[in-house]
Amino acid sequence: MDNLTQKPSDNLNIVIVGHVDHGKSTLLGRLYADTGSLPDGKLEKVQAICRQQGKEFEYAFLFDAFLEEQEQGITIDTARTFFGWKGRQYIIIDAPGHKEFLKNMISGAARAEGALLLIDALEGVKEQSKKHGYLLSLLGVRQFAVVVNKMDLVGYRQDVFDGIEKEYREFLGQFKAVPLQIIPVSAKLGDNIANRSEQMPWYKGPTVLDSLSAFKKEPGRSEQPLRMPVQDVYKFDARRIIAGRVNAGRVKVGDALVFSPSNKRATVKSIEAFNVESLPIEGHAGQSVGITLDEQIFVERGEVASHQEALPLVSTAFRANVFWLGRKPLERGRRYQLRVATKEVDCEVAAIHRIIDTMDLSQQQGSNVVNRNQVAELTIRAKVPVAFDLSASFEATGRFVLVDEYDIAGGGIVTELVHDDQEFLREEARQRDFAWVKGEVGVEDRAQQYGHRAAIVLVTGGRHTGKSFLAKTIEARLVADGRHAYLLDGGNLLRGLDADLSEGERGQAAEMARRYGEVARLLVDTGLIVVSTTNPFGMAYGEAAQAIRTLVHPVPVIAVHMSKVPEEAPPNTDIVLSGPTDFDEGTRRILDELKRRGVLARAIGAKPTFQYSI
Amino acid sequence: MQHLRQLEDQSVYILREAYKHFDNLAMLWSMGKDSTVLLWLARKAFFGHVPFPLLHVDTSFKIPAMIEYRDRVAREWGLKLVVGQNKEALAAGMNSAMGRVNCCTALKTNGLKQLIEQKGYTGIILGVRADEEGTRAKERYFSPRDKHGDWDFRDQPPELWDQFKTTFPPGTHIRIHPLLDWTEINIWEYIKAENIPFIDLYLDKGDGTRYRSLGCAPCTTPIKSTAKSVDDIINELRHTTTAERSGRAQDEGRGMELLRKDGYM
Repeated sequence: MDNLTQKPSDNLNIVIVGHVDHGKSTLLGRLYADTGSLPDGKLEKVQAICRQQGKEFEYAFLFDAFLEEQEQGITIDTARTFFGWKGRQYIIIDAPGHKEFLKNMISGAARAEGALLLIDALEGVKEQSKKHGYLLSLLGVRQFAVVVNKMDLVGYRQDVFDGIEKEYREFLGQFKAVPLQIIPVSAKLGDNIANRSEQMPWYKGPTVLDSLSAFKKEPGRSEQPLRMPVQDVYKFDARRIIAGRVNAGRVKVGDALVFSPSNKRATVKSIEAFNVESLPIEGHAGQSVGITLDEQIFVERGEVASHQEALPLVSTAFRANVFWLGRKPLERGRRYQLRVATKEVDCEVAAIHRIIDTMDLSQQQGSNVVNRNQVAELTIRAKVPVAFDLSASFEATGRFVLVDEYDIAGGGIVTELVHDDQEFLREEARQRDFAWVKGEVGVEDRAQQYGHRAAIVLVTGGRHTGKSFLAKTIEARLVADGRHAYLLDGGNLLRGLDADLSEGERGQAAEMARRYGEVARLLVDTGLIVVSTTNPFGMAYGEAAQAIRTLVHPVPVIAVHMSKVPEEAPPNTDIVLSGPTDFDEGTRRILDELKRRGVLARAIGAKPTFQYSI
Repeated sequence: MQHLRQLEDQSVYILREAYKHFDNLAMLWSMGKDSTVLLWLARKAFFGHVPFPLLHVDTSFKIPAMIEYRDRVAREWGLKLVVGQNKEALAAGMNSAMGRVNCCTALKTNGLKQLIEQKGYTGIILGVRADEEGTRAKERYFSPRDKHGDWDFRDQPPELWDQFKTTFPPGTHIRIHPLLDWTEINIWEYIKAENIPFIDLYLDKGDGTRYRSLGCAPCTTPIKSTAKSVDDIINELRHTTTAERSGRAQDEGRGMELLRKDGYM
């Protein structure tokens, strides 16, 4: 056959979805059989097995590989099948329609670029027809055709087809999904699959096979602004390579990049590659690349590289539509791992706004849990700021999964940025960092000279808990060890920098914390380890600590909380010292933490070695 | 070419995810065309380096030329090679005459399981492809195996977009399959495009036969073919409708489903 010998020009992943028993596997089998795409003897072999077992042959048996699937006549898990037609290589994913196996359907659909959604003409639009239609939209599969199957069972009647079309289009219209085609077929008898049906002269549209050819390879992602999440940083040889996949836009040699949320900047020096004649000068959407930078900045997996003109959003919270697949229900307030692109961070579900019934898209409010296979609108709050996008603007950085214990238990798309109380300070820090004038000496040059990186040790706690004494002890110990450390005492700021503040302003933490944070930012830029306390803020230490953290970001903050009796420490506290304080023990733990975080080099000398390489 | 680069980008992404998340990672290398392409993709992903060991489960029945090729490539590319063998089963006289599924289970499945247990690997990268046979078509890119190395195909974890299962309970491990979306033709097209050195058992050397799929000598038969170059192979595959693994005896009946559920590759 001619189509087999043609060299493919591109690949397209297609998923077949729909309610159980509406004929997905049959359609797939038929598509292969009618285009001569089955290997020799496959059809005969399956037919022979059927005769042996005394059951009627079905095309569905061609791909339901597991014994259990054939015995029960259902598809349990998605199968990838390969199909070449008119110069294109298709991977067609046959997804199960049984609601028990929704997670498998979703796994199949999530990697699809186009979909066929089947509806049984006799049974009409069923529960999973709707759920799958809604989920396709949520998963980002925008091009799909609806296939009305088993037309032979309704006498190929146009009025039946028209009724289903009307009902289903109305349903899809509620979330603005529009099918490319709605095709009447009989998969069992081969009507309108590969060959045009003679039974339905009233239908003038394309066959299933024609509609596949009309699906487009995802267009235009390279024309979007750049999004390249950092996947890893390699130092296998002299090159320090930042590896990642370009999810949108293009990255070129000479581009000035900004990494979010750290706001670090550097210029692309090269795009590295193995087994090429000359190194590429550009990488575009879809490519897995590796870049080197002109400056040795410390960036980590999870940051998103972009150009300064079009930055991703940064916040600790966002609103999202989520589908839940976990064995245990999703609970408000429970901890999950959030994964957005390559960022992995603890999060909690701050609010469950509503559960969406995919049958009629009605909404139910006031629930504290989301059960398996339900769709809900949530607010998610991450432990640290995350770079992301709205899914309407960027696909790959606008979606995420939630991991419960060991398993991916849900997925979703970001619909809205939720402003948090650090927003203004974060924006101040971002603008200030972009405009920051640098000398010739880089951060890493200083680290190499000093034998440590910059950091802040911030001691929080109520009055008379020994914060000042601990801070002084730490400063003294670090300097005695040959490190460059400085005690930043809030009291010293009050009489100078803060002298212009009114009594009222001094009573509130906000402006004082902002100034305090900016001073700390200056000091850490000199390469110092700043040791400080929240003393000037009284009991508002939690708020002040958060503001300081935002302003010095991404410098490591070692947060130490002191209290006389056990109490709740502010979020993100690293070390808790409660009860009668053993200052030696406290100092040791803080030094250990500084080493663990890669601040202190292992030894001081001409060539310091750090815990991890940068 | 475009379609090969798309496949390459996805496989490289998967390999990098595997390397990032698994401290004790290894790649299975059988010296066949698929796992050799996989090895090449690792060199692509890590810019000429292969930062994990390559495992070969030696059944002792491999075609001798394969072992020669293995040692030469390992030397030239500076690979860390780990060879495992189920010596106990071999000492007890295991061979394909004792039943093909039994033999594969003992020498390959159990040989691999022993190696995983000895070395404590938590991630194993394999070159299986979805188009080879039915159960592989249903695999995930990151596919968990339980404490006994078994595959629970009835209850596979969700795999969403580019997010994979990279966390797992102690004592279990994950099989990683970067080549799932590749077809047999894609493998050869890529070997040609990248000029990857491959073992010449895949070519006809004058007697009108060649191997299309490589396994143990007793259970793998050559096919009739006059393909003497990669171009010839690609051309031949474009015109054939015979299954790739038709020369692999263990696929008969339900062989592969039974083997794979117990942890076969």
